[in-house]
Amino acid sequence: MTTVVTENCKGCRFTDCVSVCPVACFHYDDEMLYIDPDVCIDCSACIPECPVEAIYEEDDLPEGQEGWVEINAEKAPDLPLIEEPMDPLPGAEDRKSELGF
Amino acid sequence: MSIGTESNPLKVAIVGSGPSGFYATEALIKSDFVVEVDLIERLPVPFGLVRSGVAPDHPKLKQAIEVYKKIAQSPEFNFVGNVTVGQDIKAEDIQKTHHAVIYTCGAETDRKLGIPGEDLLGSYTATEFVGWYNGHPDYRDRTFDLSHETAIVIGQGNVAADVSRILAKSVDELKHTDISQHALDALADSKIKTIYVVGRRGPAQAKFASKELKEFLEIENCRPYIDPKELELNETSQQELEMKEGRGNKKNVEIFQKFAESEDTGKPRTCISTFLKSPVRLEGEGRLEKAVFEINELSGEPFNQSAKGTGETMEIECGILFRSIGYNGVPIPGVPFYDRWGTIPNENGRITTEQGGDVVPGLYTAGWIKRGPSGIIGTNRACAVESVDMLLEDVSKLPADKPGREGLYKILDANSVQYINYDQWMKIDAAEVTAGEPKGKPREKFTRREEMLAIANN
Repeated sequence: MTTVVTENCKGCRFTDCVSVCPVACFHYDDEMLYIDPDVCIDCSACIPECPVEAIYEEDDLPEGQEGWVEINAEKAPDLPLIEEPMDPLPGAEDRKSELGF
Repeated sequence: MSIGTESNPLKVAIVGSGPSGFYATEALIKSDFVVEVDLIERLPVPFGLVRSGVAPDHPKLKQAIEVYKKIAQSPEFNFVGNVTVGQDIKAEDIQKTHHAVIYTCGAETDRKLGIPGEDLLGSYTATEFVGWYNGHPDYRDRTFDLSHETAIVIGQGNVAADVSRILAKSVDELKHTDISQHALDALADSKIKTIYVVGRRGPAQAKFASKELKEFLEIENCRPYIDPKELELNETSQQELEMKEGRGNKKNVEIFQKFAESEDTGKPRTCISTFLKSPVRLEGEGRLEKAVFEINELSGEPFNQSAKGTGETMEIECGILFRSIGYNGVPIPGVPFYDRWGTIPNENGRITTEQGGDVVPGLYTAGWIKRGPSGIIGTNRACAVESVDMLLEDVSKLPADKPGREGLYKILDANSVQYINYDQWMKIDAAEVTAGEPKGKPREKFTRREEMLAIANN
């Protein structure tokens, strides 16, 4: 079991989750964040922090989002670590309202 | 001479080596100042509730310790264990030795129910029980009478879930964890068959993390159950579940639904969730025999519903009861304290003389003692960062000339305090891991200060 960042993070990258991560397991690219499952301790602190509900526990993923387990696991380890929150991507607020939040 | 430079590092003492203490250390080390951090701990062993609070069957959560171990390797870091502030050294003295002091000493005591019979033999706090099974020296010699068939846990949070789960599991399900041997031996003789987990409000208001609740469906030795009638929610609660803020609550209610549908497959124990009941008194001749509850009903706006007694009561016969309805900090002599909340009064982490009072220069706080017992391990990281940000803003206003570590040691030596350093803790750590190996446990904790100190000084 792990915790997974999914589709909704793409184009937002709000990073509120990062400030409550006890183990620094978030990584980022130009689009979104990813969780390294080998570092994550499944505490779930990040889940309620996400303003667009992009983060789920693996066994709680909405239908169609299952593929993100593998994407997080593959991408995270090679991407730079993010330990402090940074500014959301330009257009994040628009995307947030598009997503209905 | 400005503070935070090579010639005059920012000297900070942090009191309490749990998650908040380590996250405060991390934030200081990452700052632009040259720092020296002395992390003071009243036990000879670090890591606070990650060591002695997180349940032994949650090993993954305990991996947070790996992060703290890394922080501890920084040259700026120094561990001063086995030192109780207010007893071995005065709080005022640390203010004299360091530029700033951050109190991160947690919430160490349980809130009381405030009902007759609460102190009967057989009525305990979750803190004592958790400390006991986790090998905390303060609770090593507690005994819990597990000879009755019915136990009650009052509370709806994750600690109540931990206590219930440890009571529910078989010894086989626990023996390869880092649970303390004395607890494992006592639990092996447990006669408990039924555990009631009792909430003041309804299932839609329970504070459990859904993950914790879900675990009850997987216990080999115990069937989770709830009377389906208890899941008939009032209209406001139904509204709550449909709102965004009710995401976690909705998940909980779905899991309770599974409890209601669970089949009786003959598991030796049953854990029954029950709601809308407030304990009004505990009764028994010399020891706990039954708990009397008043039935509640909910009223109020969504997410602000309160439980009001209906006057109707019910009883549960039981031999043991644990209360887990919240925690309070313990005041440290010489440090401001707000009794009502059980916290140190503060403004975003700057300690104030009283609630709403003036800021005391050089004193800060983070974690549960700052904001009360809410959130999980990671919540304390954001909390500690906020407090350290305040400290860093104040650096130019602090008196520059402080002896730091040397001054601290001078006072501890004068007071004949046997403090221990991080290398000594690592000896204890290694010895615990070695002691666990033959039992297939990740570690067997030392549970007495004398044992810890003997290893540390060997």
